[in-house]
Amino acid sequence: MQTSFLPYLLLTAWLLPLAAFAVNLVAGRWLKKAGAWGVSIPAILGAAVCSYLSLAIWLYPGSHPSAPEAPGHASQASTAMVVRAQSPEAGHNADHSDADHSGHEAADHSHAAGGGHSDAHGHDAHGHGDHPVVPKRELSGVYYDLGHFGGMRLTISYYIDTLTIIMFCMVTLIASCIHFYAVGYMHDELHEVTDHEVTLSDGSHLKRPGRFARFFQYLSLFCFSMFGLVLAGNIAMVFCFWELVGICSYFLIGYYVERKSASTAANKAFIVNRVGDFGMIIGLMALWSALGTFSFGDVTRTDEAGHEVVTPGIFSQVRTAENGHLLISPYTDENGVSRGTPHTPAGFVRLGAQQEVADIVYHGVRAGQTHEQIEAEIESQIPIWRDPVKYRHELRGEIAVAQKQGNQAEVEQLQSVLAKSEKLGDSPYGYWLLIVAGLGIFCGCIGKSAQFPLHTWLPDAMEGPTPVSALVHSATMVAAGVYLVGRFYPVFTPEVLLVISIVGAITLFMAATIAIVATDIKRVLAYSTISQLGYMMLALGVGGWVAGLMHLVTHAFFKSLLFMCSGSVIHAVHTNEMPQMGGLLKKMPITAITMLIGCLAISGASIPFVIGLSGYYSKDKILEQLFWHAQSNESAYLAILFAVAAGGAAITAFYMFRLWFMTFMGKPRDHHAYDHAHESPRIMTAPLMILAFFAITVAWAGDWEWAGPLHDIALENLLEGARPPGTLADTPSVLGALSIVNEHGSHAAAVRIPVTLLAFGTAISGIALAACFYWLGYLDPADARRQFAPIYRFLWNKWYFDELYDFLFVRPTQVIGGLASRFDRRCIDGFIDGLARNTRRFSEGWEFFADRGVVDGTANLIARWTYDTGLALRNVQTGRLRQYVMFIVVGVVAVFLLISFFWSSSLAR
Amino acid sequence: MDLLAQITVSHYLAVGAVLFVTGVVCMATKRNVIGVLMGVELVLNGANINFVAFGSKYLREETIGLDGQLIALFVIVLAAAEAAVALAIALNFYNNHATIDVDRADELKG
Repeated sequence: MQTSFLPYLLLTAWLLPLAAFAVNLVAGRWLKKAGAWGVSIPAILGAAVCSYLSLAIWLYPGSHPSAPEAPGHASQASTAMVVRAQSPEAGHNADHSDADHSGHEAADHSHAAGGGHSDAHGHDAHGHGDHPVVPKRELSGVYYDLGHFGGMRLTISYYIDTLTIIMFCMVTLIASCIHFYAVGYMHDELHEVTDHEVTLSDGSHLKRPGRFARFFQYLSLFCFSMFGLVLAGNIAMVFCFWELVGICSYFLIGYYVERKSASTAANKAFIVNRVGDFGMIIGLMALWSALGTFSFGDVTRTDEAGHEVVTPGIFSQVRTAENGHLLISPYTDENGVSRGTPHTPAGFVRLGAQQEVADIVYHGVRAGQTHEQIEAEIESQIPIWRDPVKYRHELRGEIAVAQKQGNQAEVEQLQSVLAKSEKLGDSPYGYWLLIVAGLGIFCGCIGKSAQFPLHTWLPDAMEGPTPVSALVHSATMVAAGVYLVGRFYPVFTPEVLLVISIVGAITLFMAATIAIVATDIKRVLAYSTISQLGYMMLALGVGGWVAGLMHLVTHAFFKSLLFMCSGSVIHAVHTNEMPQMGGLLKKMPITAITMLIGCLAISGASIPFVIGLSGYYSKDKILEQLFWHAQSNESAYLAILFAVAAGGAAITAFYMFRLWFMTFMGKPRDHHAYDHAHESPRIMTAPLMILAFFAITVAWAGDWEWAGPLHDIALENLLEGARPPGTLADTPSVLGALSIVNEHGSHAAAVRIPVTLLAFGTAISGIALAACFYWLGYLDPADARRQFAPIYRFLWNKWYFDELYDFLFVRPTQVIGGLASRFDRRCIDGFIDGLARNTRRFSEGWEFFADRGVVDGTANLIARWTYDTGLALRNVQTGRLRQYVMFIVVGVVAVFLLISFFWSSSLAR
Repeated sequence: MDLLAQITVSHYLAVGAVLFVTGVVCMATKRNVIGVLMGVELVLNGANINFVAFGSKYLREETIGLDGQLIALFVIVLAAAEAAVALAIALNFYNNHATIDVDRADELKG
């Protein structure tokens, strides 16, 4: 089995849903039911098969190249590939990933507890050659060159590492379940639908043709976009698919276009996401302008001369191998203060030091230096710009050495360099730009993953059909944001990670509190999703790369399960309101039990240290990392993050079991709905059971040393294999006293045991409290509502975020719009109207003068004159014969006289 | 034939002129249509005398043959035709107005 086969396998998995989309687009009208059964479902199943095949190839020991790929692959012109394989001997970062599972004894990580730099070489002593853990490596290459414009190269490329494959497997599995489920859920759409939520002007309900095939068409496009996003090998492509995911969610949330609430929700989702994407574009611009590439991994291509050129990708530029893939390394300055020195990429440094570069170029050109000399001069300055303080520190050391040796000339030379560098100030050049790039990328993730403050679109997205909610909320849209943070992890500086963790903590707490009071079953789940996404962000923000992404995967399974269960309930009782449900356990046992499994999984239920549902593993990892992070930094502020997360865990358990008890236990509150309720058809319950199975088991075997091969392919260990190089080391920050700690430190018993017990306690207390309120009836929810009326109102109104945004953005916009419109009407329109009026008046005047006065006057004058002449001549026409004779005579005589007077004789002859 | 020898074209012209002026005066003064017609005849004959005088080889050395007499003959014929038409008009006028006073015939004035 060749790894070179993998890109094409995943390409197939990626393009199958696109083909299904195309077929449904063209022929959906005639396909009807076949649009799902014959097109979309086979496509997603095919994609799933390809994904799992890829996983098998990826894990197959024989397919691991132990050295960089043989040149045989270069023969594939368009898909030149770079395989970076790091065997344990090749680089010490592979050791980070491989070493960890030799044991979780505290002793193994004791050096990390000191807060110092995780010593990679320390692991080598523990021989773990017997562990055939997946080596760290990635495949990157180009499918198709779209073109290059100056320095910008646009390609359709791929970047495959274990994370990509895990995402593929997770998305295809969940999407397949959702496809099958949707066949049952959407069966109404097969024939004409009467939408009871749309009232026409004549009071009747809207009747429209069913849109069964269209639903599957969108679903396929959604899957295609998500696969593209995951497979993408460059950020430009990520952005394209990022937007495609956005537009698909727009289509699907607004599926019931005729309902105003649905179309508004779709607009809201789309617009709020655009706000985040704006930041993302800034991040992309910063990255591209500094690094000159969009590509994640290194790309090898053959140039015109036939030489192979390796363009370093973003990751290898940000974390170069010569710095041991570290972005920042710790050092102690002369005052004994421990700080970090950044290895900011040269591109960022140059961009940050533009002014100095321009100076060098200016002086160089004036001094008549060649291009190469100037370039070398700039190159030599980069270490000084990168961290002036560290540089001076080293310089002083060198001066001291030189003085000791008595080398006066060298001392003077070094001192002049020192004097020059002291003019630069202390701040490292380009580092701020790197922070801006990271924050920009994270802005996009805030939008997609519905983090505070852009979370408001997600609850409204419940207007879409339930299978869509399940897909959007678990595996695709919102997962994309977390995935991208995970993918871009090497680029994030500790300062950016701090922002990520704070945003995550705020989100998780805020959304969890709102979920307590929501009564719409899907909205409870929506807020739960936001809250869980906050957990993932928080985990990533404190260095828990594996913890965050592991929670992404486990959450995808149990959240899609929960959503589909809620859909099953809605399908049965035709209402979303939990106060109208109750006692459904007997009526729909499969839904109830699978949903209970989902609730237990999300609450992190377990027998501590023995076994638990998937949520137990991922959530405890997050809490452990938070605890470890706060402890290592000895910071009270970071302890708040841990407290929020632990409290959030209790709230999660509470609202999930509130949902479950209200829906399935107690007495039926609405007898009509209760009598009508029935278990959903097999096509809907079968996916529930499959997902329930995965919700229980997906995270198993991560720390079961005895499980053998199962242990190696456990989710946690697969993710460990995907960890970006250099992100495991303790990372001090440059601008503050924060330090991102080694994730493995959190597995130490001293951290793990108290945190696990605490998490267990919070989950149990949450469940118990929910039981007291909603099942056993010891406490009355209405009583609690009265007792905490102001808080209840605050939560019920979702922290007034919609009102706040309305006040902050919508109203001012309307006011400004109103002013602009008034200015338009008063000033611009007034001016134009005045201009028109004056023109009219002028032309009226001109018409009066020129046309009527001059032209008409002349014509009239001539006419009158002619008329008068005619009238005068009329008098001559007397009709008197004798008079005429007299005229003739007189006339003849007159003519005769005139002739005789004026005619000369010469003429008369 | 002295007497005859003394008579020249000028004499005929003088007679013609007298006749012509008499005719014109007659036309200008007579209110009777018949009178006017008579004046017309006088004018025509005055002119005829001039033609004949200019055409006669007895009256002038250099002659142009019988041209003058021929023109006079034409004028006489035309005058006769004209007189017939004019008399018809006069009779019709009389039928309509019971008068032949030309001053009453002003219906065609502008």
